[in-house]
Amino acid sequence: MTSIFYKDEVLLREFNTNWKAQLTGKMSLWVDKYRPKSLDALTHTPRLTHLLKSLSVEPRDLPHLLFYGPNGAGKKTRCMALLQSIFGSGVYKLKIDVRQFTTPSNRKLELNVVSSPYHLEITPSDMGNNDRIVIQELLKEVAQMEQVDFQTASGAETGGLAHRYKCVIINEADSLTRDAQAALRRTMEKYSRNIRFIMLCESMSSMIAPIKSRCLLVRTPAPTTQETADALVKVGGQEKVTVEDEAILNTIAESCDGNLRKALLTFESMALNNEMCLKSSTALIRADWVVVILKMANRILKDRSVSSLVECRATLYDLLAHCIPAKVIIQELAFALLDAIHNDNHKIAVVQWASVFDERLRLGNKPIYHLEGFIARVMCEVDG
Amino acid sequence: MSSEGFFAKRQKLSQPENHGDDSKPWVEKYRPKKLEDVTAQDHAVNVLKKTLQSANLPHMLFYGPPGTGKTSTILALTKELYGPALMKSRVLELNASDERGIAIVRDKIKSFARLTVSKPSQNDREKYPCPPYKIIILDEADSMTADAQSALRRTMENYSNVTRFCLICNYVTRIIDPLASRCSKFRFKPLDSSNALSRVQYVAKEERLQYDEHVLEKILDVSQGDLRRAIMLLQSTSKIVKHLDPPQITALTVDELAGTVPTELLNELVAKIATANLETIKINVREMIKSGWSGASVVNQLHHYYINSDQYSTAFKNKASWLIFDADSKLTNGSNEHIQLLNLAMKLADLYRKGL
Repeated sequence: MTSIFYKDEVLLREFNTNWKAQLTGKMSLWVDKYRPKSLDALTHTPRLTHLLKSLSVEPRDLPHLLFYGPNGAGKKTRCMALLQSIFGSGVYKLKIDVRQFTTPSNRKLELNVVSSPYHLEITPSDMGNNDRIVIQELLKEVAQMEQVDFQTASGAETGGLAHRYKCVIINEADSLTRDAQAALRRTMEKYSRNIRFIMLCESMSSMIAPIKSRCLLVRTPAPTTQETADALVKVGGQEKVTVEDEAILNTIAESCDGNLRKALLTFESMALNNEMCLKSSTALIRADWVVVILKMANRILKDRSVSSLVECRATLYDLLAHCIPAKVIIQELAFALLDAIHNDNHKIAVVQWASVFDERLRLGNKPIYHLEGFIARVMCEVDG
Repeated sequence: MSSEGFFAKRQKLSQPENHGDDSKPWVEKYRPKKLEDVTAQDHAVNVLKKTLQSANLPHMLFYGPPGTGKTSTILALTKELYGPALMKSRVLELNASDERGIAIVRDKIKSFARLTVSKPSQNDREKYPCPPYKIIILDEADSMTADAQSALRRTMENYSNVTRFCLICNYVTRIIDPLASRCSKFRFKPLDSSNALSRVQYVAKEERLQYDEHVLEKILDVSQGDLRRAIMLLQSTSKIVKHLDPPQITALTVDELAGTVPTELLNELVAKIATANLETIKINVREMIKSGWSGASVVNQLHHYYINSDQYSTAFKNKASWLIFDADSKLTNGSNEHIQLLNLAMKLADLYRKGL
């Protein structure tokens, strides 16, 4: 339970590879079980659904796409639904290949590539600093390969359209290094006949301009509280959860702040913990680590001393050891502090230092320094 | 040997051009085929046209922002110099998607550079100038390592009797000085609106698009001199409206696809900042992040707003610019959009509080 939220990305990835099991509906999280599989089943933001539909009408000239939006807003779901509408349900027949790459310095790299007959999917953060090599080798290999025109045979399913391209989904495209993005530029243009890129990212700021200018940008907003609650009602109905008071669903939706995935996970664990029956008094389950961070924030404000800093350090190490990414810690901590502080000057100072240390966190490579630095700084600021 | 693989690739690619026009992005379809078609880069084009007559060509360094026609220019030039048949053996194009470490410079580039020039066929000689040198195009040269660049230095000089280099980059500062001084530099400036407009109009006419009156201007405004982005945007919008009745492109569709924040939302944020109430600012920023607006474009448009507005004093604009610059640099370093945006908004509000 502890780790289910921050690991949901990891879980998702594992589950993505297990689509088959999901399709049969056995042993999967509700998040995956009730993930819309076609464009028609998508719920929120009809504007976007309409856009995707008009793209899928004429799949021959599908542009490169760049989905951006907050976590859990449904980027991946929409992207897969789009592919489904173009290629048919074959896109959900996934398999994993292990590919080997050799860096110029002769180091061997192994990378898991998830692929279906129509697309393949890579996650750059799996390969760390060597993502450029992978982009160059893997994508050029795919790009230079002409798709054999076998769709005419199975034309019934895809509407007889022969699509000669393969789609490449790049998850977390914002974590691609500059080099790798630069490597993508010409590949995108040159082989646009054989390959289409669909990139998913949370923040567009770290995408280089040439990539942005080559893609159709698709903004994926998070569902509103109402939309989240509606989705919960729907799932609850199918899973036979008794909801005595709909207000609890709104509470869940609000606490998750537009992250539908988190909302569904919370909903599922709450339902399971309370024998499938939710009352308005049912306690909201929060991830342990969020509670830990909240407590830490309170301690920072109450006891501003060296000994308190030492205690915080222990907590931080504990969080990091549980694989909570430092960037998540600093964000949660900053917003927790912000909620607890009432002096305007202090608020401004907290946000300012959060922004400074967040940047340092990205540039440096030992998170504990920056997290501690942030805490120490906040203590000083609050002390005046 | 290594260059052989390259040619094989080229051939495979040049073949689909005949029948695959419909699935091609317009940026490729309307890439200028002749030097004359290159829009608005008169300086570079004039110089290059002279080389077409005199058959002498210096090493070249093209630099300028994306979408201004650097790659198009050199490709058009080589096409006019050699014609399609000879191009395969005379031109080597390498870009950032090819491995370009020091090893490649030493092997692939050097071995291509020192080849003697092949003899053009009778047919080619009549139609094209076919000057007696080869051209190596290093696209996106600013992503080459400094080591690889310095390995190029002697190669460029040694084989200058048979080979010319053309380096293309966005940032001329990333090219090491010794290389830059060996090349004649051409700066490609962002397209001015009238030239870009005529090009976009041409594309729209060719594709028989229907559009509202000021849509093309709007597209160019959004793409800020990047013609590729403008044409890309035009194609995407046309695709969206294709199945509507009538297929009319409106300013709204453009806004939606370009990822720019609508003016109303931006004005709301500015108004909230002006009240200097931190709680409401916090809520507003969170809403913006939740609806997925990109932090970079919010910052960009805030900048646009504050600098162009008349109601602020110079001192305020100065301070605001500093804050925006700071936020932008942090965002580019990949830090959290929510925190950065909130920081920017609160700092701006702080300026109001201090009564500037």
